[in-house]
Amino acid sequence: MSTTSRTPSDGDVVDLSRRHALQSGGLAIAFLWLGGTGPVSAMINARRQPGDAAAAMADGNPTFAPNAFIRVDTTGAVRLVMPSVEMGQGIYTGCSMLLAEELGVGLDQITVEHSPPSDELYGIPALGGQITGGSTSTRATWQVLREAGAVARTLLVTAAAAQWKVDPSTCTVDRGEIHHAPSARSVGFGEVATAAAKLPMPDKVQLTDPKDFKLLGKPMRRVDSPDKIKGATQFGIDVRVPGMKVATVVSCPTLGGKVSTVDDKAARAIPGVIDVLRIDDAVAVVGEHFWAAKQGVQALNVTWDYGPNATLDTQQLRDALADSAHNGQSIVASDTGAKPSGTLVQSEYQSPMLAHATMEPMNATVWVTADKCEIWTGTQVPMRAAEEGARITGLPIDKVVVHNQYLGGGFGRRLETDWVQQAVAFAKQVSYPVKVIWTREEDIHRDIVRPMYHDLISAVVDANGQPVWYGYRTSGGSVLARFAPGAMDKNGMDSDAVECVVEIPYDIPHNKVEWIRHNMPQGLVVGWWRGVGSTHNLFVVESFMDELAHRANKDPLEYRRALLGKSPRALAVLNLAAEKIGWGGQPLPARTARGISLGEPFGSHVCAIVEAEVTPQGEVRLRRVVVALDCGIAVNASSIEAQVQGGVLFGLSAALYNGITVKNGGFEQTNFNNYRSLRINEAPIVEVHRVINGEPPGGLGEVGTAIAAPALTNAIFAATGVRLYTLPVDRNRLVQNSDALKSVASASVPEGRDVA
Amino acid sequence: MLSLSINGQSYPVDVPDDMPLLWVLRDVIGLTGTKFGCGIAQCGACTVHLDGQPVRSCVLPVGSLGNRAITTIEAIGNTPAGQKIQQAWLEVDVVQCGYCQSGQIMSATALLQRTPNPTDADIDAAMAGNICRCATYVRIRAAIKQAATGKAEILQTMVSAPAGAAS
Repeated sequence: MSTTSRTPSDGDVVDLSRRHALQSGGLAIAFLWLGGTGPVSAMINARRQPGDAAAAMADGNPTFAPNAFIRVDTTGAVRLVMPSVEMGQGIYTGCSMLLAEELGVGLDQITVEHSPPSDELYGIPALGGQITGGSTSTRATWQVLREAGAVARTLLVTAAAAQWKVDPSTCTVDRGEIHHAPSARSVGFGEVATAAAKLPMPDKVQLTDPKDFKLLGKPMRRVDSPDKIKGATQFGIDVRVPGMKVATVVSCPTLGGKVSTVDDKAARAIPGVIDVLRIDDAVAVVGEHFWAAKQGVQALNVTWDYGPNATLDTQQLRDALADSAHNGQSIVASDTGAKPSGTLVQSEYQSPMLAHATMEPMNATVWVTADKCEIWTGTQVPMRAAEEGARITGLPIDKVVVHNQYLGGGFGRRLETDWVQQAVAFAKQVSYPVKVIWTREEDIHRDIVRPMYHDLISAVVDANGQPVWYGYRTSGGSVLARFAPGAMDKNGMDSDAVECVVEIPYDIPHNKVEWIRHNMPQGLVVGWWRGVGSTHNLFVVESFMDELAHRANKDPLEYRRALLGKSPRALAVLNLAAEKIGWGGQPLPARTARGISLGEPFGSHVCAIVEAEVTPQGEVRLRRVVVALDCGIAVNASSIEAQVQGGVLFGLSAALYNGITVKNGGFEQTNFNNYRSLRINEAPIVEVHRVINGEPPGGLGEVGTAIAAPALTNAIFAATGVRLYTLPVDRNRLVQNSDALKSVASASVPEGRDVA
Repeated sequence: MLSLSINGQSYPVDVPDDMPLLWVLRDVIGLTGTKFGCGIAQCGACTVHLDGQPVRSCVLPVGSLGNRAITTIEAIGNTPAGQKIQQAWLEVDVVQCGYCQSGQIMSATALLQRTPNPTDADIDAAMAGNICRCATYVRIRAAIKQAATGKAEILQTMVSAPAGAAS
């Protein structure tokens, strides 16, 4: 896989009529079918768009609004409207840097704003709409936002130059001021904003040569930090609307079940409870505050129609999926010809369902009146949220207002709109605004989970143990088929299902990659989870590469190196990570070892090496993680480090602890006590080292997560000899011997005490 | 009618005694900096100080508080330790989504108040109750040390534009 998003040569003049194609991995690749067709041509663009006037009007009609992103008023205050949403990935800072670099302002001089819903103005072409996901934001905006800044600067400079009757090329811009050195004159943006607004769009703009970047590539502090450290940032859950009430909900314990009867007498008797509302599959109690609502829910007496999944459990799901993997009809993603002769090696891997567990539980505030529906929520898909509001209320789309908010975590969960739909369905039953907040239990219970997978991976190896062919049969549910059915391949292929498998960095001459679509039972809806298909596939591919290396009696580093002749960028990150961790240097203590994983997810190139210790009792301790990364040209070097650190730990957290299981038709996990999350005392230092180059930017937000798990399980194998074919890590398989457990039990438990 | 002492101010509130402090702060008084994450004292997002001690407000009934001093994220910057912690959080650029950070900062401030020079083990013990799903732990650890020592721990090349604008 390679990243091919086009970038003009450095410092070039850009013809604004040209389109930008983003070709990339992950979620984005599935949407390439849209390239060049109707919707894309109208998406994010540095030029003025037909919808700009209306958007600017709704935004207070700023003096100078040359495109959908930049607003300057007569005081010179600069507001930047963010095409992507901020869920922690640092994109508000990155986008601000792109705009500010070319506009000629400092990051401290701008105010950032959430964009209103609009596919036309803020749609990401690679995703077919106003969607923040698939690690596409920087790749999609790298060119467009710099151009947008350059367009605005060009117009402002042209206006100033006309006023001074000088050649615009003799003017310079710095921190929101235009200077003409020969005549020692200066003017602020605000003073020429009115004149600039009347000028025609330039046909071409000059972009800054990367060697002259003042902001881009530097480690910049985030623009959203000062509010976030004071508790002053408004997340969706913090929205307060006059007259607002607060609700919480209980939905059917089973997946796909319905409400039968509701006895709400006791609930309504609780002080502070205002209303009890019901929809098809859930009941809401509305209160003066969340506590009254929650007490009310606990006092409800609901009978449920458990529906067709009433007896569903994890084993049934696993068995059916395994059957598909072995016997199902496949769709072939790649088949380069006959399997060569040699020794066939085969393994079977399983990955669990995963919940997102964003720190901010799902919530939405909705106010439905006769002619308007207002929605306040944090969403990765503002336009879809607006469309759902229109569909459920029956109002035209222009009567639905979505006020997007800062997201308390996304990880793919907020690419859905299910909680918004539910909140609208409740809110349209009442006259007042209502904030619907899910409890953590409801948030996990109703998660749209990462699919479970069952994979058969195989290789034909030659006499030296080198692979000459690999085969992959992966089976799982399709997220894409529901999320964007039009983006499925014509033959029914879901490109996300085989991401990072069809194209691998290793030079293995032949392969056959197949996907067997396996639909989950109705009611068990699967969704995007940080790293999407890459996270799952890299676990299998990189675990198997490790198996092949050990089988060939080769060092896993040397084994990979020998196969990277055609992938210099992958080889470079592998070598860098190995050097930084000191691979092959000082011997490590007993049951302590390192594991490598290497991949090219989301248009970036990354190698992670995890050093882990496995105690005799089977507990895994993360000692150190080194990551080497080539994500092309950097926007914010600090964000890159932070995203990789956080992404790797997010992936390790899931690999160590997480799997959603089903019993009696519902998810068994309920809260952080049984859906565990990595804590600081378990978190190692994660060193991030970059290969610096000027290649087009790769994706970042999901890269660390995608590469994490196999580095851990390969380290565990090296430490214990136990190969983990399933996630999460099963500690029972890592116990050194039964005596180890006895010794820890006697050491930690006083004689005679009941330890149940 | 209860009277709560929050951030040095007295708030009369007409709520049930068993109502957790978290919801009184958020839904009755309107101090939304303190966050709801789990409701069962597992994640630490709701951490506030009660007489200087970090407590999980999601399970703390207001009827039990009397006139003990409650401090929230909105006012922690008025304490010397809180100010140091918030400044270090900015300098190290800890936050990502930011939702858990109110709780992280409250726990870290309490740590610094009782242990001015915390070791890694002290940090583990004091901060293990605060989950960050973005996993900003590497920078949280660095920021606590930086707040304690005044020495830049990592990211010494980090810049603001102009220098110091992040204060």
